[in-house]
Amino acid sequence: MTATAAGLRLADIQKSFGATRALRGVSFEILPGEIHALIGENGAGKSTLMKILSGAHRADSGKMELGGQPYVPADPHDARLKGVAMIYQELNLARHLSVQENILLGDESALLGWIDRRASRERARAALAQLGHERIDLDRRAGEFSIAEQQIIEIARALLIKPQVLIMDEPTSSLTQADTAKLFTTILRLREQGVSIIYISHFLEECRRLCDRFTVLKDGETVGTGRINETSLDQIVTLMTGREVQDLYPRTAHARGAVVLDVKGVTSEPRLKRASFQVHAGEIFGLAGLIGAGRTDLLRAVFSLDALATGEVCIVGSSEASATPRRRWQQGLGFLSENRKEEGLMLNQSIADNLTLTKQDSFGCFGWIDGGRQRAVAQRWVDQLRVKCRDAGQLIGDLSGGNQQKVAIARLLEHPARIFLLDEPTRGIDVGSKAQIYQLIGELAAAGKTVIVVSSYLPELLGLCDTVGVMCRGELAAIRPRSEWSESEIMRVATGSV
Amino acid sequence: MKPTFKNLLAKGGPFIGLILVIVLFSLPTETREFFLTYHNFKIILTQTVIVAIGALGMTMIIVSGGIDLSVGSSIAFTSVVGALLIQRGWSAAPVVGAMMFSSALIGLLNGAAIAGLRMTPFIITLGTLGVARGSAKWMAENQTVNYDASPINQWMTTADPAGYALPPGVWVAIALATLTALVLKHTVFGRHVFALGSNEATARLCGIPTVRLKIMIYALAGGCFGLAGLFQLSRLRQGDPTVAVGLELDIIAAVIIGGASLSGGVGTILGSMIGALIMAVLRNGSQQMGWPTYFQEIIIGLVIIVAVFLDRLRQGKQT
Repeated sequence: MTATAAGLRLADIQKSFGATRALRGVSFEILPGEIHALIGENGAGKSTLMKILSGAHRADSGKMELGGQPYVPADPHDARLKGVAMIYQELNLARHLSVQENILLGDESALLGWIDRRASRERARAALAQLGHERIDLDRRAGEFSIAEQQIIEIARALLIKPQVLIMDEPTSSLTQADTAKLFTTILRLREQGVSIIYISHFLEECRRLCDRFTVLKDGETVGTGRINETSLDQIVTLMTGREVQDLYPRTAHARGAVVLDVKGVTSEPRLKRASFQVHAGEIFGLAGLIGAGRTDLLRAVFSLDALATGEVCIVGSSEASATPRRRWQQGLGFLSENRKEEGLMLNQSIADNLTLTKQDSFGCFGWIDGGRQRAVAQRWVDQLRVKCRDAGQLIGDLSGGNQQKVAIARLLEHPARIFLLDEPTRGIDVGSKAQIYQLIGELAAAGKTVIVVSSYLPELLGLCDTVGVMCRGELAAIRPRSEWSESEIMRVATGSV
Repeated sequence: MKPTFKNLLAKGGPFIGLILVIVLFSLPTETREFFLTYHNFKIILTQTVIVAIGALGMTMIIVSGGIDLSVGSSIAFTSVVGALLIQRGWSAAPVVGAMMFSSALIGLLNGAAIAGLRMTPFIITLGTLGVARGSAKWMAENQTVNYDASPINQWMTTADPAGYALPPGVWVAIALATLTALVLKHTVFGRHVFALGSNEATARLCGIPTVRLKIMIYALAGGCFGLAGLFQLSRLRQGDPTVAVGLELDIIAAVIIGGASLSGGVGTILGSMIGALIMAVLRNGSQQMGWPTYFQEIIIGLVIIVAVFLDRLRQGKQT
């Protein structure tokens, strides 16, 4: 490495959102014509860092240099013009426009507003040719192409402004193996042309195959960097996960009873490929996996929120095969959505209404609600769970995330459910509320209830659960008692690097 | 929370607006003598009946996160149905029943298409707007349907200047508004309507039968629109397939002025009734000021924009 080989250099980048320190100091360097893997667990700060690089956020402090010049993008458009292009995990194509229109979107060849058709065509074709995909029909609508081809179109759009650095976020998460191989060929081609590529992926095996060097982020800091073929997967996994398990998780004594839920070979569109498991009364069952591995899809399928393509969900004590969410509540299941704002709660309604929504028929008779009793019931939970609010009549949107989550869980407690499906129960809430929710889960198990917890935070799963199942690419790959798992072992299974 | 300006706006906004409008029209010398009289208020109330009853159904629909553009056509359709049945010698009670039933049927079809085919209410009811209007003209052979006499004709009259009694239409509107307000606030059905409009995903997750609920809402609202059609018939004393064009916009405006949110989950019957009254007072007052109708249209248009702006202000500050 010489001083003239200037690529992209980051030094001590910091960024806070309110009281949360998303980035505590990130430094690394990418050389021209290098594929650099950026690795880290969910929440390690990769997204924030990429948003800063692509101009969507601005760093609080730290220095960025591109090609030896200070690099401070004002917004994503400015970042593109300065030579940093980003390909997001979710594709951003206008499905109804043609391939050519998509590639030139925002950078049309035009004279006084009139599009120069010939120049447009040539530029679009040149961009595709650079990727080795000149066969793609420029006049077809983008929406008619497969995901893999759409991705190529999107990369072509990024190449239009001749970027020095191309950032790719989880580009293979929705690709088949064959398409992944083709994408790698394309990426290697770009490397030969001198483009630096930041490659973000959870799939470590992929990174090893493709990348030259790597940087690992953990809790918003750079914890390791090096040549990827000189480092073992184990070393990388240890860098990713090496943190202490805090003593947040009270172990309440509980005994495993009979099987209460038997899930046999369920699949659902589009992500859930195959999952079978049994859970018992008094058991806390954890589901680990990367984002998009199908954990939420599995819970939704069990709760009949998504239709099953194949397979069976048997609830002991009930014989029906097909069901609706309404029926599931009646059978004693309860579901906590990972998405409080969009699915879990009605933000402009009261705490009482949110808490009792599944069983409003039971307050009064002939369809008339006894509002006093409804509020009294809600108030009891508000007091018991120490929800910080004025009273049970307050709008739930006024509460903090942790307090909202307590109400959302209280809905299951009040119903009452005997099988709790909790999707990311502690996401985005304060430590105090977290500890309280762990306590509650322990007490539920002690009372003979069943709890299934989906979480991206491994110490939480290992601290809390009796049994942990790990999902990888839509399949429930392994189920073992907690004592047989470690964080690195879970990561190995979750990243498909067994 | 303290009684801040924002809360005052949210809770009492429409009411303050109504008082403001009334005071404004009471001040000028041209109107002072006549405007603030019992008889004039009787006229205003009677003029409000059709929009108010329509607004009852519309409030339910808008609170549930939907919209219905076919109201004016439904009113014309039912008024033709009523007139044709009176022509055939039906007495008042079965005519009322048939009118409400036919309009509820239109609502049921709207609801079934929206919930069953998962299409947006705007498009479906825009379609029904044309279908119902065309059917009304077809049934009426493209002309007004006249009949000799019917007790229905007496239900909207303000003819007895000496008497203090309000016409039956006003009483029906008040009774029905009270009932609907109670249903929305105190029944499981009512809470589910709010839940559906506030967050449909949550409603589904909590096991509320959203498809059935939507169909029920549109059918019940349809029943209200049938009743509005009845009073339209009573006022005109003939079935007119070309009546009430664009009335749905007045009704939607009343609901929005009354504080409901077009994104669903927020709205009250009391607010919508006040909204309907504000529009009626504006019309009545402008007429007495001798302002031309185009001026009235401009004023009402501006009031709607201001009301929606206030709605957005409220929504924005909540999050």
